[in-house]
Amino acid sequence: MTRILMKGNEAIGAAAIKAGCRYFFGYPITPQNELPEFMSKEMPKVDGVYVQAESEVAAINMVYGAAGTGARVMTSSSSPGIALKQEGITYIAGAELPCVIVNISRGGPGLGGIQPSQADYFQSTRGGGNGDYRLLVYAPASLQEAVDLVIEAFDAADYYRNPVMVIGDGMIGQMMEPVEFREPATKRELPTKDWATTGTNSSRKPNIINSLALDPEELEKHNIKLDKKYKEMEEKEVRYEMYKMEDAEVVMVAYGTTARIAKNAVDALEKEGIKVGLIRPITLWPFPYKAFKEIPATAKALLSVEMSMGQMIDDVKIANEGRLPVEFYGRAGGMIPTPEAIAAKVKDILGGAK
Amino acid sequence: MTVVFEKTQGLTDKQFHYCPGCTHGVIHRLVAEVLEELGVIGKTVGVAPVGCSVLAYDYFNCDMHEASHGRAPAVATGIKRVLPEHVVFTYQGDGDLASIGTAEIIHAAHRSEKFTTIFVNNAIYGMTGGQMAPTTLIGQKTTTSQEGRKQELTGMPLRISEMMATIDGAVFVERVSVHDVPHIRKAKKAIKKAFEIQLEGKGFGIVEVLSTCPTNWGITPVDSLKWLEENMIPYYPLGNFRTPEEGK
Amino acid sequence: MSTEKIIMAGFGGQGVMSMGQLLTYAGMIENKQVSWLPSYGPEMRGGTANCSVIVSDSLIGSPIITQDATAVIVMNLPSLIKFEKNLRANGRVLINSSLIEKKAERQDVEDYYIPANEIANEIGNLRVANMVMLGAYLELTKAVSVDSVIEAFKKVYGAGKEHLIPLNKEALERGAAVVRG
Repeated sequence: MTRILMKGNEAIGAAAIKAGCRYFFGYPITPQNELPEFMSKEMPKVDGVYVQAESEVAAINMVYGAAGTGARVMTSSSSPGIALKQEGITYIAGAELPCVIVNISRGGPGLGGIQPSQADYFQSTRGGGNGDYRLLVYAPASLQEAVDLVIEAFDAADYYRNPVMVIGDGMIGQMMEPVEFREPATKRELPTKDWATTGTNSSRKPNIINSLALDPEELEKHNIKLDKKYKEMEEKEVRYEMYKMEDAEVVMVAYGTTARIAKNAVDALEKEGIKVGLIRPITLWPFPYKAFKEIPATAKALLSVEMSMGQMIDDVKIANEGRLPVEFYGRAGGMIPTPEAIAAKVKDILGGAK
Repeated sequence: MTVVFEKTQGLTDKQFHYCPGCTHGVIHRLVAEVLEELGVIGKTVGVAPVGCSVLAYDYFNCDMHEASHGRAPAVATGIKRVLPEHVVFTYQGDGDLASIGTAEIIHAAHRSEKFTTIFVNNAIYGMTGGQMAPTTLIGQKTTTSQEGRKQELTGMPLRISEMMATIDGAVFVERVSVHDVPHIRKAKKAIKKAFEIQLEGKGFGIVEVLSTCPTNWGITPVDSLKWLEENMIPYYPLGNFRTPEEGK
Repeated sequence: MSTEKIIMAGFGGQGVMSMGQLLTYAGMIENKQVSWLPSYGPEMRGGTANCSVIVSDSLIGSPIITQDATAVIVMNLPSLIKFEKNLRANGRVLINSSLIEKKAERQDVEDYYIPANEIANEIGNLRVANMVMLGAYLELTKAVSVDSVIEAFKKVYGAGKEHLIPLNKEALERGAAVVRG
C-alpha cells in the first residue's frame, strides 16, 4: 500500500469513505472545518451525500434519521458543537443505531478557544447527554491511528448498534502525516440490519426506530439490555499501549497527542538514567483499567498528563485503587505541555518520593 | 354481508390514545388514506414528533422513526437523503414545529428537502398539559397564560404557513381545517397534493391543519369545533399559499 | 541526518505553509518519517503563519517543536523575534534579509542571510521567495534531495502547475548558491 501525505481532518474523511460511509452531515466550526469541506468535495464522487446542516443539533438529527435506514453515516464537530449534539447522541444510543461522531476538540468551557485541548474527556466518557448510555470512544495519537480507528469505528458501531466517537485534539485535525488505508485490524461478524426503516414493502411489520418507553418496567428492561452491551464492550474493546514500562519508577498516563509529547519526555529522561513508563489509553471508554495491573513493583507514583485541568485523572485513580500516589500535570485552554515541563514534573515527583 | 366501510390499510389496529373529540385521529386517518390511495405504504417512512402525537409510530402502518422534540425535519432529511425514492413525512404539532423546531423546519424548507410535513396546529401544548404555544391566540387562557395570552408580554401568534410561503424551497404550502366534513374533504385533498408533489420530486411541502384540543381548551368536543371555526380561522386564514405551477 | 526539526514562519501569503508541505512530502518520498503541524486560527487570515516540520530517520514522537528546533526559517521580522529562542544550540537560523534588517541575537546558533525577495524578483516571480529560502536550507542540511522536492511539487500541485517547475528549480538553486559560499 502506498502512503499518502494528508492533513488529519482530510485523512479522517477519506478513512470514513473507505469504510463505506456515504452520508455526512456537518456544520462549520474550527478546527475541524477541513473535514466537512473534504466530504462536500468527495462524497458526490462516490454517489454519497453531504449536507451542511443549519446547526449541530440538526446535523446529529440528520445522522439519527440516516442511521435509522441502516446507512453508514458520520458527523463531525469540535467541542462546543459536540455539546450541541448531545441530544441527538443520547437518542441514537437509546434507539440503538450505529453512527460515527468525530470530535476535533478545542479549549473550553463555553466558546473557549480554537487551539488543541483534551477538556472533553468527561463529555465523551461520562455521557454528555441524558440517561444510562455509553459511547465507544477512540483517541488516536497519530494520523495513521486516526485512519485505522475511523475505519474500525464503522464496524464497531454496526456490531454493537451504538454510536462510536473518535476524539482527536486540534493537532490531530490540523497536522499532516503520511497515512495508508488498511482493512480493520479486528474482523467482526456484522449482524444484518433487519431493524432499518427501509419501507415495509408491504411484506413485513413496520420497523420503528424509537427511544421512548413510557412503561418503567419496559424501560428498565431496555436499560439492562443496553448495559449488557456496554459490559461486552468493556470486555472486548479495551485498547491501550504500554511504553517502556519495565522497571519504571514513574508511570505516566496520557492519550492522544499528549501521549506523544509524554513519550518524548520518557525518552529524554531515559537518557538521564531516569526510568519512566507510559500507559496510553487508545479507548477512553472503555478505559484500560486492566493496564494498571501490569505496573511494575518499581513504580513509586502515577502521573496523569493531560491538556485539561485534570479529567482522565479520575479514571487513573479508579484504576490505581489507592495503591500509588497519583500526580497530575496539565495545560489548558489550548496551551500544549512541553516534554521539558513533563520531565521536570517527573523529577519533582521523584525528588519528593525519595 | 356487505362491507360499507373499511379502515384504511395505512393505520394499524392499535387503539388511539387521543382524548375524546381531539381531531388528531381524523388527521391521522387522512394521511393514512392518502398513503393507501397513492399505493406507497410499503415505501413510506414517517417521522413522529414529541407532543400529543409522540406515539404516532404505533398508529401508522409504515416504517416509523421517533424524533426528538422539534427535530423531525432534520431526521426526515437524513432518511430522505438515504432513500430518495421513498416517501417520507413528518407529523408535528405546534409546540414541536412552531416553537422548539423552527430552525429545523425553516431549513428543511430552505433546502427544499423532498418530504412532506403535516403540521397540526391546535394553539396549545397538549401533551404537557395545556401550556401556551407560539400559536396560542391573544386572550386564550392556558396554564402558562392564565389570564389569557397578552401581546405585550408574549407577542402575537406565529403564522407558520405565511412564513413558510416566503421560503422559495417550500413549493407547496396550504392551511386547512378539520372542523367539519367539507373542510375535512378539502384537507385530504391538500394532503394528497402535498404527497403527490413529493412523489414528483418537486420539493418540500407542508400542510398546516387547524385542529382542536377540547381537554386543554376546557370545552366540549362540539364547542371546540365551533371555537376553532370562530377564533382560529379568522387569525389563521385557510387556503393555499404556494403550489408548483402545473407541468413544471 | 538523524532528525531535522524545522520551524518556518512568515506573513500569510509568503508561502510558508506550502514550503513546509513540500519538505514534508519530499521526506515521505524518501521513506523518512515526517510530520507537518501548522499554526491555525485567525492568524491564518493575513497575519503571521508558521508550521513545524519534522523529517527523521526514526519514529517521530511529538509533532511539536519546543526548544529543540534544528533550524528556523523566517520570512519576516516578527517571526525572527518569535522563533529564534526555539533553536537548540548550534541550530541554524535562515533569515530573509530582504525584509529583515535585524541580525540574529543568539551567539550559539549559525545564522544565514538570504535576500529571498530580491532573488525571487530577479528570476521573475516574488512568489518563489519561499523556494529560495528552502533551497538555502536544503543546501545546508541535505535533509532531502532537491529532486525529491521537485517530485513533491508535482504530486502536490499536479500537472496543471508543471510549467512552474523550472522557475521553482531555479529558485531552489539560487537560494543554495547564497549559502554555498
